[in-house]
Amino acid sequence: MFASMYPADAASLRHKRAPEFVRPGLRGGVVDLKAYRGKVLLLNFWATWCAPCQVEMPVFKTWQQKYGPQGLQIVGISMDDDAAPVLKVLNKLRLNYPMAMGDAKLGTLYGGVLGLPLTYLIDRDGTVLAQFEGETDLKAVEAQFRPLLALH
Amino acid sequence: MKLKFVTLAAAVLASLPVALIAQSGTAPTIPQAQLMQPEELNQILSSASAEKPLILQVGSHVMFTESHIKGSEYAGPGSQDVGITALQNRVAKLPHSTSIVIYCGCCPWGRCPNIAPAFKALTAMGFTHVKTLYMPNNFGADWQSKGYAVASGD
Repeated sequence: MFASMYPADAASLRHKRAPEFVRPGLRGGVVDLKAYRGKVLLLNFWATWCAPCQVEMPVFKTWQQKYGPQGLQIVGISMDDDAAPVLKVLNKLRLNYPMAMGDAKLGTLYGGVLGLPLTYLIDRDGTVLAQFEGETDLKAVEAQFRPLLALH
Repeated sequence: MKLKFVTLAAAVLASLPVALIAQSGTAPTIPQAQLMQPEELNQILSSASAEKPLILQVGSHVMFTESHIKGSEYAGPGSQDVGITALQNRVAKLPHSTSIVIYCGCCPWGRCPNIAPAFKALTAMGFTHVKTLYMPNNFGADWQSKGYAVASGD
């Protein structure tokens, strides 16, 4: 029931450089993956119609607040068709991390985002370390990134 | 005693949103007999002689564009009125005995908001040969990773 890492196709980006992209930020500015080099990055693909995603995001907000000073950066990419419902959720949850709209191109760039939620853990050098798919055990995710925060 | 009750009630109410979200998926309401395994559909698609059903993806348009079952069309999202209308329009002129397979694969099966409303809509229109592709995890894991036939684009 709790799906964490998938073998085969899901391993396609592991140990590889996280594909770079630049997207307009939903609250202005840009979301540029390069700019987060040096941070421990959690790149979260989600959508407003994805119920498990809504459960995760308040936890991400807490993590951003708690671990941000140690170098954790969460970035959200919505796979909704339109920005309007996304902005609603953003404002309702008062998310404290950057958000951009994704699309088929970005999904394909990231190994094919063909199910949500999907979160990539990327280290300070920009290498993909792990992928979390479906309803994930968030404690397990936290246990994976915490040690990375100690490394510089 | 009253304080304890109030605290308990508050705890229950606070956990309700999460509980409601946990129950949000309606896919498990689809009768077992109307489910089709991906393996089976792939075999039908691979066979030269087998009659191919009309295959409709009723979930995410973005994901459909990324990758979809080869030969399928987009007719969603099932969780929204606009998607149900699109689905209804697509099948309106078809005989009610038409073989239709609908699928989504957006999220884990128990959490999918699209598939059950789409199934209900088709049944309500009088279609008698509707199957739902059972995808326990998502389209990536349950179809594409298995090497089954895919296509991309609109």
